[in-house]
Amino acid sequence: MSAATARRRGVLALPWIWLGLFVAAPFVIVLAISLSSAGYGSPPIDFFIGWQNGHPTFNINLDSFELLASDQLYIRGFLNSIAIAGLTTLLCLLVGYPMAYVMARAPARLQPLLVMLVILPFWTSSLIRVYAWIGILKENGLLNGLLLHLGLISQPLVILNTPIAVQIGMVYAYLPFLVLPLYATLQKLDWTLLEAAADLGAKPWSAFFRVTLPLSWPGTLAGALLVFVPASGEYLIPELLGSSTLPMISTVLWTEFFGNRDWPMASLIAVMLLLVLAIPLLFLRGGQATAGRV
Amino acid sequence: MAPLIRLEGLTKRFGETVAADDVTLDILEGELFGLLGASGSGKTTLLRLLGGFETPTAGRVLIDGVDVTALPPYERPTNMVFQSYALFPHMTVAANIAFGLKQARMPKPEADARVEEVMELVKLAELGKRKPSELSGGQRQRVALARALVLRPKVLLLDEPLSALDKKLREHTQFELMRLQRELGITFVIVTHDQDEAMAMCSRIAVMDMGKVIETGTPRAIYERPQCRFVADFIGGANIIDAEPVGPSRVRLPALGVECAVTDSLPAKGWVALRPERISLSHEAPAGGPWPAGQVEAVAFHGDFQLYRVRMDGGVELRVAASNVPGDPKPGERAFLSWPADAPVALSR
Repeated sequence: MSAATARRRGVLALPWIWLGLFVAAPFVIVLAISLSSAGYGSPPIDFFIGWQNGHPTFNINLDSFELLASDQLYIRGFLNSIAIAGLTTLLCLLVGYPMAYVMARAPARLQPLLVMLVILPFWTSSLIRVYAWIGILKENGLLNGLLLHLGLISQPLVILNTPIAVQIGMVYAYLPFLVLPLYATLQKLDWTLLEAAADLGAKPWSAFFRVTLPLSWPGTLAGALLVFVPASGEYLIPELLGSSTLPMISTVLWTEFFGNRDWPMASLIAVMLLLVLAIPLLFLRGGQATAGRV
Repeated sequence: MAPLIRLEGLTKRFGETVAADDVTLDILEGELFGLLGASGSGKTTLLRLLGGFETPTAGRVLIDGVDVTALPPYERPTNMVFQSYALFPHMTVAANIAFGLKQARMPKPEADARVEEVMELVKLAELGKRKPSELSGGQRQRVALARALVLRPKVLLLDEPLSALDKKLREHTQFELMRLQRELGITFVIVTHDQDEAMAMCSRIAVMDMGKVIETGTPRAIYERPQCRFVADFIGGANIIDAEPVGPSRVRLPALGVECAVTDSLPAKGWVALRPERISLSHEAPAGGPWPAGQVEAVAFHGDFQLYRVRMDGGVELRVAASNVPGDPKPGERAFLSWPADAPVALSR
């Protein structure tokens, strides 16, 4: 093996080492904890593999699995999280697609500025930005003040600590993750294709559905996943804006971990969340690989 | 016969630049009309105004007697072959070609038949299931052509259709386009910067410069009887020599120190255009003189002819394109220039 080949393999190995150390190993640990029993030590678990009298002992505990399957709380939490993440993705698409489209068609000298404006909120901590929404949405907050002042409402609206507030906060927080990849795709689109579509008799909407939308599909999908996946596990926004009015899987996980000190249950929820998100993703990737071979 | 296309005072400004400047032009039905000009001359803008991709600042576009100035591309009886071809990368060849028919909601059996017919016409059969990325440049061009022709437009607009093809394919495609135009009888308007291409294909040519149509005519008329210095120089690169009238159809060329016959009388001081290939070169002074002489500065071999640069005794440099010159003048040698009486074209502007 020549030095160059060795170096190349070394470089190729780097991402695998990274994945192994920071993804696979923690996952295995979490998985192992989920199979163990809750204990009173620190950490509060009795690990399922032990060592006694020179022999390994196995004490696999599946109580958490039973509880997860039987207690409605967990299933409802999963369903709520998926529903909120799905709605967030949909709303982000409805708001973000036009945004990305306008950005991509803006004069070239304006585009860096527009991208900058989309990224700008990241320069403030997300915690502070979510707190700011409390100030906007609360009963005597900015939004109600404005609506009352304009005479559009006579009673302040109760938005904060409702699912609507959670939804607003989620769409706000995740919008850039959809806009940026979509913008990158649309920006590479050859606009002559739209002229060609118009030339062949397609009105603007028709050209959009037959040309722009199919060609921007990879960016749309990437953006939607970047919203959906982290939104499913979002903890901060439902906690701060929804005040846990609606049990989400992330808040359930938090309670199990810090409140009940039931690490096996918390770990099991984490593993299940990962599986629920990863399995559809693998299918999507397979589909995309097929679609990419054109 | 009323013209199929009429451009009336068509002007298009982009900020400070005037891409089309008060263009008035008639194109007849069944013509293969060429818009010829250097890059930036406004020829593509004119084509895009015809297709509806630009809105004119002033003026009107009439097609078949109908004012289409305000109509978007999808409502015009024109179709375009884009310079980049603009094929839809996510669709097969057949789907690309059927795009317009589907848009017009033509029933599928009929549309399929039309697609098949046009693919036959442009020799694309068997390639219907391919994607554009799997085609050669020539094949892509034929798909773009088929996609436009399948809609049977009144006018087919072609933006530099041959520029992306290599030389051999270009010549072949020229003949193919001419054949299609003849067989279908559709009016073609073709934009090109290549004067040979325009000369070879077009029934009439409009020469453009700085947004204006400088001259319109058949290729032969434009080549043999240009009306102005720009066209004489642009088409075939004629030698332009200062001239002053000395009698009916006769001028003196002060820079060469000779008098000669010209096509038309010059009313005042003007120029003559002398095509390089109409000038003969010889070591001995030819009969019928006096003929001007000069020193050969350079010879370039072009295969079917040689291009000589001759520094005349008066100081001007003339270009002579000749083959089989007796004595084969070399750089540094002296030679006489002569030409037939109908070669110099009088130009007053």
